[in-house]
Amino acid sequence: MKLGVVVFPGSNCDHDAFHVLHDVLGQPTEWVWHESTHIHHLDAVILPGGFAYGDYLRTGAIASHSPVMGAVKKFARAGGVVLGICNGFQILLESGLLPGAMLRNRRLKFLCRFVHLRVENTATPFTSACRPAQVLKIPIAHMEGNYYADAATVRELERHQQIVFRYATPAGEIVDDEESNPNGALANIAGIANRERNVGGLMPHPERASEPLMGSTDGLVLFQSMIASLVSK
Amino acid sequence: MKARVYVTLKKTVLDPQGQTIHRALAGLGYKSIKEVRQGKVFDLKLDGLSPDQARQQVEQVARDVLTNPVVEEFRYELDE
Repeated sequence: MKLGVVVFPGSNCDHDAFHVLHDVLGQPTEWVWHESTHIHHLDAVILPGGFAYGDYLRTGAIASHSPVMGAVKKFARAGGVVLGICNGFQILLESGLLPGAMLRNRRLKFLCRFVHLRVENTATPFTSACRPAQVLKIPIAHMEGNYYADAATVRELERHQQIVFRYATPAGEIVDDEESNPNGALANIAGIANRERNVGGLMPHPERASEPLMGSTDGLVLFQSMIASLVSK
Repeated sequence: MKARVYVTLKKTVLDPQGQTIHRALAGLGYKSIKEVRQGKVFDLKLDGLSPDQARQQVEQVARDVLTNPVVEEFRYELDE
């Protein structure tokens, strides 16, 4: 098993993701520089949070054209497991590996706080160790997390159960208010997967909720799920 | 040769920045302004291309890089 964490200029959650995979979960993990295309030996690739290339033009736009993303597209099409967290999710959207786009948060503010997520699909490599409808307390930290897709795309996502996480109340109810869906994401969408399930992205930061010191360990289950599904592959 | 590319959010996409600017303008007394939509402008300088080639290239970068077709659209002007 070998996991890779991509480092873009401007990534700032790369060390957190590496720490959780390597130190907390004890998995062989390596860095992947944004100019590298050498990823075929990896079992999974993490696109971490941050502001890749300063988020110039649009969040994730420049990163989606970087050399490593050319390799990640091939890797994903061949069935490789790819998880995008926050900016990593935005990069997956810009790359076309996941459908939709991110708009500014509805109140135009950078939001950094805990949210509650309801697990909508446990049949993905990122949620296989979750209970159905389990509620996870995980923080968000973003300016553009207001998920948008046209109505036809959202219908497709629902039909194929590609919506993996929705913003919810602590009790797991889906309510579109400022408290439980602070960025205004369409249909409370916090995270999705592709139809094949090997590519996933979410705005909240599970790596920031993976040790008791951080106030929540609910994020750990995503990485544990991913590792378990790679082992059983 | 110069090209100017205008990138705007699609009409069907909510523009919270435009709405905020609109509210600010209304607060300043500009009651006749009924809507504000914010966009971006890119000025490109091109060299060594025929006008047809330039149009082709501008359209290509506008489509592939300068806009996200999920939420944005573009138009452009070419100054030969």
